[in-house]
Amino acid sequence: MTSAKDQLLELVEHIPAFPQAVMRILDITSRGDCDSKELVRIIERDPVLAIKILKLVNSPYIGLPQPIASVSHSVIFVGINTIKNLALSVAAIGMLPKTNAADFDMDQLLKHSLGVATVAARLAELLGVAEKDRSDYFLAGLLHDFGKVVLAQYKAVEFKQALEKSLADGSPLHQAETAILGYDHAYIGALLAEKWLLPARLVDCIGFHHAVDTETRDDQLRDCVALANIILQRLDFGFSGNRYRAEIPSTIEARFAMSGDDIISSLGDLDDELAKVTAFSH
Amino acid sequence: MQFTFWGVRGSIAVPGPSTVRYGGNTTCIEVRGDNNELVILDAGTGIFQLAQTLFAEFPIDINIFISHTHWDHIQGLPMFTPMFVPGNNINLYGARDIVENRSVKDVLSRQMEYSYFPLRENELKSNMHYFDIQDQQDVQIGSIKVSNFLLNHPVLNFGYRLECGGKTVVFTGDHEWPLNIYAEGDPEYSDYQAFLDLRRQQTLDFFRGADALIIDTAYADSEYPSRQGWGHGSFDASIRAARDAGVKKAFLTHHEPTRSDDQLEQVFEQALKRNGVCSSDPAFFLAQEGVQIEV
Repeated sequence: MTSAKDQLLELVEHIPAFPQAVMRILDITSRGDCDSKELVRIIERDPVLAIKILKLVNSPYIGLPQPIASVSHSVIFVGINTIKNLALSVAAIGMLPKTNAADFDMDQLLKHSLGVATVAARLAELLGVAEKDRSDYFLAGLLHDFGKVVLAQYKAVEFKQALEKSLADGSPLHQAETAILGYDHAYIGALLAEKWLLPARLVDCIGFHHAVDTETRDDQLRDCVALANIILQRLDFGFSGNRYRAEIPSTIEARFAMSGDDIISSLGDLDDELAKVTAFSH
Repeated sequence: MQFTFWGVRGSIAVPGPSTVRYGGNTTCIEVRGDNNELVILDAGTGIFQLAQTLFAEFPIDINIFISHTHWDHIQGLPMFTPMFVPGNNINLYGARDIVENRSVKDVLSRQMEYSYFPLRENELKSNMHYFDIQDQQDVQIGSIKVSNFLLNHPVLNFGYRLECGGKTVVFTGDHEWPLNIYAEGDPEYSDYQAFLDLRRQQTLDFFRGADALIIDTAYADSEYPSRQGWGHGSFDASIRAARDAGVKKAFLTHHEPTRSDDQLEQVFEQALKRNGVCSSDPAFFLAQEGVQIEV
């Protein structure tokens, strides 16, 4: 078991990014005047590129004293040309295939991830989080299902069984994954984020976004991402492979001091914002 | 502690009558500690002339700190004679290439591959040791403490701070004060600016109180707008940084290769005047090849 997991971790080193981002990276870097802002924006909207850039910037080879949880802040530390070349090195691996042996729709997962990112940042705003700190929520939302990208790519047979089991018996997908693989996407995502020395708050959020009820530690970032995940399912925006409709945990309602329905209605109409964030990828 | 400039030119060596006063070699600075320890900052073409002065000290311990591995900072290395002499110990420090995932040894050895050089790295007769260093890692070389700090250039670039006997010399390598990638009005602008301001303070703290700051000042300020993002400093930016960091002396270096000595002095004088530099400010100098400074 351990060696199979080690093998998986090794394979993930070479995981490609989503095709939309790869094509845009290749496009803008082939121009003489590569726009820094656009480059950062592309990276910030692709879970694979974002996590790999953070992995490289937080690498012990550089040894920055504080872990970095922001793509744009990374630019200040290592310079835009290093970020550009790191992005190109990821793009050079290739692109995530549109189809995979798990029959898992990666386009829909990307849409779901961007949706969770957007709504998590909006929830942070509701809680009074300052604008400059909301990028953490966006990034955590973007990365929360990174484990599914990994499973679809490298554990396709088992992941497909889990998707089918969840659909057939109505169980949450992460539980079906555990029944078949012995671990779930949250665990594998967090394991990688930890191995790649991402900030602990991101690791925890990825690892516990399905464990709000059992993981009792107070964690506002995790709660916002977990809630955004539930909201996105209800909105039917994108698809993460999980048909199970989770209830909004009472601890989250308590954090917002309102009912789940009231939280959702206070977010207002999300259509425009969601359309905007996913515009380039579809 | 004392230091000597052996190369002060940026980008490419430019020997000739118009550069004879300040020198045409690319970056190389010799630093001597209180016990005569030898630290060399960068291995541009100037390192060849430095090597000619070292024979009497063989066998010798040499510690070379590379700010970054662009050509003008490493090009003299294959011709650095002490590497070919048995008994010499040469320690070479620099950043790993995180894009290609190569050690500093790998990056530098490639200069000595078959296509480029008649000898291979493993044929060098001195004892060569390579060290990948991390951000803010201290290295003790006898009486000299060398610390580093990541600065902004189109490749990882370490600035070095050398402290010895209560005196401090700071060398930036190549550095451009980073700019905001967002436009005023963009939602991300203010967060990014706040982080830039914090990073500037950390950088100034790294320079703080130096007896000598050797700082990349490649561009005249009239040239800078068309060269933003190229990774180099300007006269106004260097004067401001030296003031803000409270250094005693600032040596402006990485002279633009197309600039003659006369033009260099002219641009320098104009900058001092424009910035109202007075006696209470740090003392500003143009770095000049062959000049030795005692701190």
